[in-house]
Amino acid sequence: MAAAATGLNRFYITLGVVALVAVGALVYLVRRPKGVSIPANVAVLVADTAGFRGYVLGSDSAAVEVSEYADYQCPACQYFETIQFPAVRDQLIATGKVRWRYRDFPLEMHPNARVAAHAAACGEEQGKYWELHAKIYEGQAQWSPSRNASGMFSEMAGALGMDRNRFDTCMSSAKYAGRIQASLEEGTRLGVGSTPTFLIGGRLYPGVLASDSLRAMVEQAIPPRTP
Amino acid sequence: MGLALLSLAGLFISIYLYLFKIGKIGTLACGTGACELVQLSPQSRFLGVEVALIGVLGYATLLGLALLALQPRFAGRSWPAQLLAVLSGVAVLFSAYLTALELFVIHAICRYCVASAVLIVVIFLLAIRELRPRREAPGLA
Repeated sequence: MAAAATGLNRFYITLGVVALVAVGALVYLVRRPKGVSIPANVAVLVADTAGFRGYVLGSDSAAVEVSEYADYQCPACQYFETIQFPAVRDQLIATGKVRWRYRDFPLEMHPNARVAAHAAACGEEQGKYWELHAKIYEGQAQWSPSRNASGMFSEMAGALGMDRNRFDTCMSSAKYAGRIQASLEEGTRLGVGSTPTFLIGGRLYPGVLASDSLRAMVEQAIPPRTP
Repeated sequence: MGLALLSLAGLFISIYLYLFKIGKIGTLACGTGACELVQLSPQSRFLGVEVALIGVLGYATLLGLALLALQPRFAGRSWPAQLLAVLSGVAVLFSAYLTALELFVIHAICRYCVASAVLIVVIFLLAIRELRPRREAPGLA
């Protein structure tokens, strides 16, 4: 009887130790800096794409529309965004010649690409899409290898004057995962296979385009004026 | 004792998944992203209740019953083992339903859900074994 009671006590101690270790692990997980993960291959619902066909910059009456399929974690996309795009914006978009449509095309090889695309979508909620878009590309080298990229995006959002609590809630909800997936699926259907890829006048142009080349293509695509 | 240890393991898996669902843990240590896909799917709720929370309550109940069954004053009684067998049997059916949802509706497998399913099957088998009448040691009768 006494031996059985000793055995039971030993078991309770073992169970208690296991429980303590598990509780410690959970406390550590709750307290560590939180990274957000945006699920891939989510089922795209009608609400995900209703009235949304990408992030648009430029005039509705522009003669040419250029769609860019890009991945925030792709170095070539970052090069285009930071080196070539400022000239495109000044010479083609601001002058009313081009309407720019940015479409997310997160590649599987880039684990933070969807998180970045989602952060930009959360930025749009607060009217700061293009500002955050530029900041995310500028900071690519810093957040790309990070295990807590979402925390860095939250800091960027705060630096841009956005409500960080609202931004963090938006990120945790992963509410735009379907929108990002829809964009990826649309690009895949069109034949996009790498980033960046540009769709100009119904034709796909994969790879980085210099602003001069883009300007020439746009000039060609502009329909001639009738006298 | 095995029943209690396995129920405790299941309880902590469920708590981990539930903490993720309520936003207390940023990401799941999953690797493939399939765990998040499963946990964020519409099927992660059953009759309006988080499946992870059902797991927490279920495993806590099983753990309580398993500890109760170990108490010397319940040594001669069969109802704790019977209740354990019935509850874990229901849990096995529920796990089978959830696994089918993962395979055929969500098309993703969460490794924690698989671990929980394996745990509950083993718990059920142990509970069934506990139901069998024990032979008493010679000389003690």
